Amino acid sequence: MAEAAAFYILAALILGFGVLVVTAKSAVHSVLFLVADFLCVAALYVTLQAEFLAVIQVMVYAGGIVVLYLFVVMLVNLKRPPDAQRDPRRLGRLGAVLAVAVMVELAAILAVGWSRPEGEAGALGPSNVAQVGRALYTDYLIPFELASILLLVAMIGAILLARREM
Amino acid sequence: MVETVIVPLIVILTVLFAVLTTVIFMVLLERKVQAWVQVRYGPMRVGYHGLLQTVADVLKLFLKEDITPARADRWLFTIAPLMALVPALIAFAVIPLSRDLTLFGLRFPGQVADVNVGLLYVVSVGTLGIYGIILGGWASNSKYPLLGSLRSSAQIISYEIAVTMTLVTVIVLSGTLSMTGIVHAQLDKGWWFGFMQPVAFFIYFVGGLAETNRLPFDLPEAEQELVAGFHTEYSGMRFAFFFLAEYTNMIVISAVATTLFLGGWLPPFPNVAWLGFLGVVPGWAWFMLKTFGFLYVFLWVRATFPRYRYDQLMRLGWKWLIPLSIANLVVTGLMKVLV
Repeated sequence: MAEAAAFYILAALILGFGVLVVTAKSAVHSVLFLVADFLCVAALYVTLQAEFLAVIQVMVYAGGIVVLYLFVVMLVNLKRPPDAQRDPRRLGRLGAVLAVAVMVELAAILAVGWSRPEGEAGALGPSNVAQVGRALYTDYLIPFELASILLLVAMIGAILLARREM
Repeated sequence: MVETVIVPLIVILTVLFAVLTTVIFMVLLERKVQAWVQVRYGPMRVGYHGLLQTVADVLKLFLKEDITPARADRWLFTIAPLMALVPALIAFAVIPLSRDLTLFGLRFPGQVADVNVGLLYVVSVGTLGIYGIILGGWASNSKYPLLGSLRSSAQIISYEIAVTMTLVTVIVLSGTLSMTGIVHAQLDKGWWFGFMQPVAFFIYFVGGLAETNRLPFDLPEAEQELVAGFHTEYSGMRFAFFFLAEYTNMIVISAVATTLFLGGWLPPFPNVAWLGFLGVVPGWAWFMLKTFGFLYVFLWVRATFPRYRYDQLMRLGWKWLIPLSIANLVVTGLMKVLV
């Protein structure tokens, strides 16, 4: 009962902050609402007894990635985008395509999720750090390593691009 | 009811009270230690040898006019000090201040919450503190605060890498992420991790100085260049909140260092039989003693070292501390596998 209440309150907060991210006038404000959103998602993980994921969520997203967003938003003046790029029809079409893509994705997740028996994720014990580590380094080793190579390539690419401008 | 609500509430209030009292005395001690190093008396007028000086300062800050710059972002300008203070305070939730105590037939835990990812919690909460600094500088809509906050966040992000690497070595040694578990691991090994990991201990301390923006790394508020850094435009209570956050961060760094490297609430050499009489002193007193020892070193360093130049600071962080901490981690891992 308490768990359900916590879930609905957190879900409402997450959606509310999500709406605020989109509607906020100032870009810095939207970034901050995004942080609040991520913190609520972390709280949601805590209610699922996945403390490790919750803490990593805060560290990586709220503490790392969004700080970079904030830097970009603060240093690049976003108040007045150039007129050449302001074509409302083009933006509208792009938005429609993205919305359809997200809908298809959600439908696919639902379709797959219904067909699978429930309770697999709930089997994690209270100390799930070791379980997460074991899963990453045995069953999902190749995706894990591929992801790390992808990040490395992105980092080297960023450094190369930055150096060329110098 | 008593077990689930009242006892945790008492523990939380005790920890909060202890932290805020420590801040009050740290502000006084800072001025006193500086004065002693420079062969002066320091504050002497308010109370016995200036004991009530901080109380007078706080009253003054309460009564001062609270100014918001004309073109500042009012909303962010108001919440930025809170965003700096709250992460610093909630970090204390997982730090074990004592072993579990039994008073009046009730069992009081020595920390607010024994989370199984305690150490990661401290790190992740620490990364949130940066928002207060960045937003405080940006919302002021003034050039010195903005430059100060940029410097400050660049510095904190750089040194965080080295500090987190040293924490990983501690995790490798203890095999647990729980703060209480780390203290118990030191009891089992018979050595404080400070002795087993002197390099990590040193890097953690230097990184701690940099992350709290203390001398010799107080570039964000280098007075000659930046007036007062990110809080230049702040006054009154909002300035007091930034001040409080800075001192609370120092206490967090010291308390975490005590827990990880100096055995937390353990007495010195807990496994040596003839030193058993040291166990008479309660655990929280040892914890306080060690934490204050750390805080004293912070003040001592401030009175001794000149400030680094900005490029020297970045070179030290990226070219010395980070490679050293990674090498230390590799050696620790190899030792763990081989021995």
